[in-house]
Amino acid sequence: MQALTNRVKLVERKPLTFLEKIYLWNILKGMLITFSHIFKKKPTIQYPEVKRPFSPVFRGLHVLNRDEEGRERCTACGLCAVACPAEAITMEAAERLPGEEHLYREEKYAARYEINMLRCIFCGLCEEACPKDAVYLSETFAAANFNREGFIYGKENLLIPNPKTEPEAYAKAKGLTN
Amino acid sequence: MTLLSIDWFLIIEKLILIAIIIFASLGIALYTTFAERKVAAILQDRPGPNRAGPGGLFQPFADGLKLIMKEEIIPNTSNKFLFVLGPALAMTAALMTCAVVPWGDKIVAFGRTVVLQIADINIGILYVFGVVSLGVYGIMIGGWASNNKFSLLAALRGASQAISYELAMGISLIALLMITGTLQLGEIVKQQMQPGHFWNIVYQPLGFLLFLICAFAECNRTPFDLPEAENELNMGYHQEYSSMKLGFYLFAEYVNMFISSVIMATLFFGGYDIPFFDEAAHANWGNWLALAGIGCLMVKVVLFIFFFMWVRWTIPRFRYDQLMNLGWKSMIPLALLNMLITGAVVLWLNK
Repeated sequence: MQALTNRVKLVERKPLTFLEKIYLWNILKGMLITFSHIFKKKPTIQYPEVKRPFSPVFRGLHVLNRDEEGRERCTACGLCAVACPAEAITMEAAERLPGEEHLYREEKYAARYEINMLRCIFCGLCEEACPKDAVYLSETFAAANFNREGFIYGKENLLIPNPKTEPEAYAKAKGLTN
Repeated sequence: MTLLSIDWFLIIEKLILIAIIIFASLGIALYTTFAERKVAAILQDRPGPNRAGPGGLFQPFADGLKLIMKEEIIPNTSNKFLFVLGPALAMTAALMTCAVVPWGDKIVAFGRTVVLQIADINIGILYVFGVVSLGVYGIMIGGWASNNKFSLLAALRGASQAISYELAMGISLIALLMITGTLQLGEIVKQQMQPGHFWNIVYQPLGFLLFLICAFAECNRTPFDLPEAENELNMGYHQEYSSMKLGFYLFAEYVNMFISSVIMATLFFGGYDIPFFDEAAHANWGNWLALAGIGCLMVKVVLFIFFFMWVRWTIPRFRYDQLMNLGWKSMIPLALLNMLITGAVVLWLNK
């Protein structure tokens, strides 16, 4: 029969010789290979103590940003919710009342802002869509909870700590310190 | 009255010796499980268990605690008595072997000379074979009492394997016994310790190789671990077992490994003999010499155990037909050949 391609390789099917049948020589070769692995460098990273550095474009869980004076940047424009391909973001807008200028930067703010972390695909389109630099994706990635409701992150989970009142927590969330 | 007078000190001495040896065997087996995981990890470029205690040293206790805390399940349709007897028998058979092993030379304590051997019976190695064969009953009874087809199949597989390899093991040993002329383990070690007399491995290299391979098969270690192929075949004969009864089966395997390492070191590597060192010339060292001998035996045993693990994490398991072909068509003819050649040489040298 003519071969269909020129890449055909004939497989030898000779019966094993007696030396091959007692397997010893090949076992010895294999054991030398495994023995050489004792001296190889172990690639393991001891996770909780040592962490692998992220790439600069890593996209983890979301954070709602504040400005330098600790006011929330979000104006509840809804562009992130529109941009979201997974429809994971919902929000409710509210008007800033007199006397709340130190809390919210613009006249309108998000009274409720929720991201369903189980729906989210971490594409980062919300971050690109935001005109106020209010939402961005952090380097936190290990979200854990006991039930599904816990994965719907509200403002209390998303907002970055206030740089005025809690500077240490803010620096930690920013990744400036450990 | 003299007939009834019992040497109470002898009984106490032996009881203490038995307690020490059993606890030492169990402790070594405990840490063998840890060593197994560490060796596996290192051969596979991993660090292995390192969280429980410094360097993971408490890992065996964590494992044991976990096994004890698990729910004890005895299947409804199983034969309850035999179901419990199986693991007990496996463990007992594994531990009984260490009774005839010479662990060291004499120690002088409280004015008494203590021989570091529980019983130096004159059929020592036959006793070992007898007890090791009993270990098959642990597997068979456990597999049968589970009332589960897969357990039974695995138990049958295990029993047929043990029987096939015991034969080659026995024949390979006959050649050694022709040279030593005694079955007494203490005597075999003393012969190897004599100046100008090498270890038996020099006289019986092929015999040792066959014995080693058969020891792998007897201990159900890879590449002969078909009875308990963990990752296929439904775990093998201990499928229905849980909690500490499963632990006993797994643990008995490690005790077996320890004991067979000791037996191999005793028969072929001079037991408690310190290599390149004339013990008789330093008899005035007394107890220290005996302790050094024990240490030497332990070093040999540890090397053997490492070898067991090294092989396990190198080669895959044999197929059943390969196992039987190797046992009946390679091992037994080689063992017979070894026996005939040794017999001829012994006859020729003795004229």
